[in-house]
Amino acid sequence: MTSTTITGYDQVAALPEPKGRAGFGGALRSEWTKIRSVRSTVWTLGTAILLTVGISALGNWGRANHSGATTAQLAHEDLIQRSMFGIILGQLVMVVFGALAITSEYSTGMIRTSLSVQPRRMHPFWAKLLVISALAFVVGEVISFASFLIDSSFWRGKGVALSLSSPHAMQAVIGGGLYLAGSAILAFGLGAMLRHTAGAITSGVGLLFVVTILASFLPDNWQNHVNKWLPFNAGGQVWATQHVPGSDLGAWTGFGVFMIYGAVAVVFGALLFKKRDA
Amino acid sequence: MIEVRDLVKRYGDTTAVDHLSFTVEPGRITGFLGPNGAGKSTTMRLILGLDRPTSGSSLIDGKPYRDLPDPLRYVGALLEARAVHPGRTAFNHLLYLAQTQGVPKSRVNEVLALVGLDTVAKKRTKGFSLGMGQRLGIAAALLGDPKLLILDEPVNGLDPEGIVWIRNLMKTLAAEGRTIFVSSHLMNEMAVTADHVVVIGRGKLIADTDIEDFISQFSQHVVLVRTPQPEELTRAVTALGGEVTARSDGALMVSGAEAPKIGEAAARDGIVLHELSPQRASLEEAFMELTKADVEFHAPDGQWAVQPPGQPPTPVQDAVSGSLAAKALGGDDVR
Repeated sequence: MTSTTITGYDQVAALPEPKGRAGFGGALRSEWTKIRSVRSTVWTLGTAILLTVGISALGNWGRANHSGATTAQLAHEDLIQRSMFGIILGQLVMVVFGALAITSEYSTGMIRTSLSVQPRRMHPFWAKLLVISALAFVVGEVISFASFLIDSSFWRGKGVALSLSSPHAMQAVIGGGLYLAGSAILAFGLGAMLRHTAGAITSGVGLLFVVTILASFLPDNWQNHVNKWLPFNAGGQVWATQHVPGSDLGAWTGFGVFMIYGAVAVVFGALLFKKRDA
Repeated sequence: MIEVRDLVKRYGDTTAVDHLSFTVEPGRITGFLGPNGAGKSTTMRLILGLDRPTSGSSLIDGKPYRDLPDPLRYVGALLEARAVHPGRTAFNHLLYLAQTQGVPKSRVNEVLALVGLDTVAKKRTKGFSLGMGQRLGIAAALLGDPKLLILDEPVNGLDPEGIVWIRNLMKTLAAEGRTIFVSSHLMNEMAVTADHVVVIGRGKLIADTDIEDFISQFSQHVVLVRTPQPEELTRAVTALGGEVTARSDGALMVSGAEAPKIGEAAARDGIVLHELSPQRASLEEAFMELTKADVEFHAPDGQWAVQPPGQPPTPVQDAVSGSLAAKALGGDDVR
């Protein structure tokens, strides 16, 4: 494979004199090329869709058709949130997607190529964050809408009328996608801080999943103060339609708290990305 | 032009680059020589703004690297380690680089053809050989048609044909007035490529000189002579002003006298010669001599051992038994 024809440099046309600066627009195009040209993007996002929509459908079909709950009882439950419960697993795949987007640059050494052509490092950093957030948001909305539309049909069969015009349904279904995008953003910030794939994924899963489980072992009167501030519990309010006053934050307050976790990770990540040796 | 001024880079207690100053001029190939671990790659990373210097500065045509408006079109860089995502195709690797500063897509195909990778452009780089990876790196460096090239060990992994090609390419680019700064740990490679050399060892500047001066300064002329009459020859050569050292196999090594003069003197005195051959101490040996004190790791008796500066080489066995002894005596890593 290595013995290939060799041509002289005079056969390559000179480029016109450069004009303008390497800036944010170029960085955005470049980051879009990066994310669409690796298989891990298709794998992670494809898995997130199949896993979340699939698990949600299976669980809702089972409960709608094979449980003793009466229609009157079901009408009091948050079936809209239940229709998207696969997000509990989907968020973990989004963590992998968000983390890999930046840690793969470090694990392959590609970061040095990227930063040597973009020495003003904040351009590739924010461009990458924007590209992965947009992609995670679109895929997240596909997941939450598909889950809701499929699963609400199971509940309609059981006699519970559910549609996007049900109270708070629109907020919760859009919120499902927002929450998934937020998970990817949090993992991206952790990835920028840790520069290590396994470390970023572990800490992302830890924050979203393990911390929530550990907190359930706290004494009840502590839990009332602690639980609502945990990332999963706070962010989870945005894809729910029922909130317990006192022990839950509201939908958008909760989501705001969730995004503060992400913002802190991203800001620390950005500072380190800018300062550290590549 | 690249100006490096009093550059220092420390990593903890280790000083990788130690008050280094030199200038790389346009229109010629400047070789950057030093044994492995001398700080060549670190210096290049500092010039490219990838690492922050502890102190000092480096400037590209008077500007810090990060102030260049479009670095890709001004400086082309090839870094030592293959800095490529293995799952991405060669074409897409170059495309994302081109897009950062508006280099047209057609240029990606041009440079791929130039380095002979056009047939594998749509292949993932995972399957690339070392040489192909190196060619892709060179393609990336040429993508922006840069005025200045910084190449870290570009011939690494290239086949002989590829080595000749990169050598000619660098000469063509230098002749066009571009600045070429190329590192190598191989003196012989630089002797046939570079016009000027900057030599470093342990992060310090050892030499910054014209290649011709460097070669003549560091290679000595010696003549090997075999004769059944060593005493007579030694006398005759000493009379010519030469110096003779006997080798263990009986050959005489003569320095300070040219082979024709030695032959003429032998004929005049009726001394029988079995062999008379001029030896040129290899440039590689001269380079090793020059940097001997600055090499981080020596290989005494063919084994690797860490050698602190200014101490005789430590054989590996001693180092191992030394640490075993330390453990037996309750050293700090035991408990």
